[in-house]
Amino acid sequence: MKRLSWFNVTSLTLGFAFLYIPMIILIVYSFNAGKLVTVWSGFSTKWYGTLFQNEAFMNAAWVTIKVAVISSTFATILGTMAAYVLVRGGRFMGRTLFSGMIYAPLVMPEVITGLSLLLLFIGLGLDRGVITIVLAHTTFSMCYVSVVVSSRLVSFDRSLEEAALDLGSSPWEAFRLVTLPIIAPAVISGWLLAFTLSLDDLVIASFTSGPSATTLPIKIFSAVRLGVSPEINALSTIMIAIVTVGVISASLVSKRNSLRAQKDAQAAERTAE
Amino acid sequence: MHNVSQTVFAPWDDPDKEPLIQFQNVTKKFGEFVAIDDLTLDIYAQEFFALLGPSGCGKTTMMRMLAGFENPTSGTMKLAGQDIADVPPNKRAVNMMFQSYALFPHLSIWENIAFGLKRDKQSKDQIAARVDEMLKLTRLEKFAQRKPHQISGGQRQRVALARSLAKAPKLLLLDEPLGALDKKLRQDTQFELMDIQETTGTTFVIVTHDQEEAMTVASRVAVMDEGRIIQVSTPAAIYEYPNSVYVADFIGEVNIIDATAKPAGKDEYHLDWAAGEAPILAASERPFSEGQKAHLAIRPEKITITTDKPKDASNAMQGKVLDIAYLGNLSTYHVQLPGGQIIKAQTANTRRIARRDITWEDPVWISWSATAGVLLDQ
Repeated sequence: MKRLSWFNVTSLTLGFAFLYIPMIILIVYSFNAGKLVTVWSGFSTKWYGTLFQNEAFMNAAWVTIKVAVISSTFATILGTMAAYVLVRGGRFMGRTLFSGMIYAPLVMPEVITGLSLLLLFIGLGLDRGVITIVLAHTTFSMCYVSVVVSSRLVSFDRSLEEAALDLGSSPWEAFRLVTLPIIAPAVISGWLLAFTLSLDDLVIASFTSGPSATTLPIKIFSAVRLGVSPEINALSTIMIAIVTVGVISASLVSKRNSLRAQKDAQAAERTAE
Repeated sequence: MHNVSQTVFAPWDDPDKEPLIQFQNVTKKFGEFVAIDDLTLDIYAQEFFALLGPSGCGKTTMMRMLAGFENPTSGTMKLAGQDIADVPPNKRAVNMMFQSYALFPHLSIWENIAFGLKRDKQSKDQIAARVDEMLKLTRLEKFAQRKPHQISGGQRQRVALARSLAKAPKLLLLDEPLGALDKKLRQDTQFELMDIQETTGTTFVIVTHDQEEAMTVASRVAVMDEGRIIQVSTPAAIYEYPNSVYVADFIGEVNIIDATAKPAGKDEYHLDWAAGEAPILAASERPFSEGQKAHLAIRPEKITITTDKPKDASNAMQGKVLDIAYLGNLSTYHVQLPGGQIIKAQTANTRRIARRDITWEDPVWISWSATAGVLLDQ
């Protein structure tokens, strides 16, 4: 192993400290026995217990998960369709305009997206609740899905689809039996991205949620305005744990796949005639 | 008595024979670019037909039009008498073997081969029997359950072939099928392809830029350039009777001598090719008028190289050896004439221990007969 110079060690330490000290403080204080967030008074897990008995939090968590699952599924379907047309549609009238319009919401301030959706829902007379949040989240996260999927489609070997057509499949069969299974990893990561975006969205949800449905980020935000409680720390720690486990298992799976592909390639070389 | 004409496969010489594929004045444009330029061509059933030409000559476009991925801008394209311009690729009795093989990476070798059969809604037993037959034909039985990335390049090539043959198409298109293989494997595979073509009786159309490959496998070769067919003929005719300097130069090695013709008896011409040099005597069935520009195309192996002046050669000239390329089986001598022209002469090294008495800078004689070369007007 190469030894790092003092300069590199310092920048590394500063960088990681900047990123992780706030989270470490939050995690540590979630195990605080006392009610005061800033004063350490012994180790305890009691706030996790009270958290699970807090019905308002549990309801908000349920709404959040429901919204995230439904909206990311819709966003994935729409985003994949948009990506497919933009990458495969060839040159049609207004292609550049369309692709620009797909990607514009990525840089649009969330406040504006939220506000315009709110005006639309009021105009349509839709009661704000789970449905409106789902619609709003689908709208803004489908652009992200479309970006992820189209980057995979660009590098996709077009002759695979042509081979499927050549062998007698209809265009839809070619997509379902060949294209979709091959781009599935990108579609899944698009779904995961949409899911995470929906999970932690505060701005758009606060415009489009109503009294009947509140998401977890909104709940946390409004709870903190009345003072930070150790319960919030416990809740945040759980969310950090879920995200960490997800990221680590995803990278383990992809590492195992690439190792297996390497081993397969070596085996193929050996058995070649 | 044996009837010889039955054993010779030459449907293109039979005026009553209906061609399998007919291109009639087909033009294909991509925007302003003309990929195929008013092309007319017949291909017959059971032929092994090669489209040969440099990249960008339109050979791949022709193949993609046959497969149905491109439509002609004008002209008609017929398969077994039927106009196929509006038939989508999945409804054509044509299959294609792709240059990249295009094997489905998520399916096993078995499933890859079965893919086309399943689209035809055949019964499970029928599919299994046909896949097994194909695996046997291409000697892939051991690899049926592997994925494409678990086999070698040569095996992948055979899977691609098996998959495209599984539906027993009327016509099989092969796009540079051997391009990704190394030389030794490519040569073996060429003979395998010919065997399979003969066994199955399928019509093959192969696209290649490798003239040796086209000559080896094909019953007829079409030499293409800039969207046009320059010559269509059997490999031997293309090699020995090229119709233009382009074809002569594209296929194999050739010396081109530019000259002016002067009739010298029946079907014979004297060629003035350099000031102060004796004219070359060349036979030609193609007529030339007095003073017409002519190009003599002569293959290096038709030129004899000797240290002494040959006795009764129609054409003999002296030069000096500039370079020797020793290829093992052959040696090619580059002989420079006094006028500066370089002529290539080739000899076969038929003996292992030979006195190679010709070396660099040696004065030598090169000679050839009147019928050794082809006289071309373009």
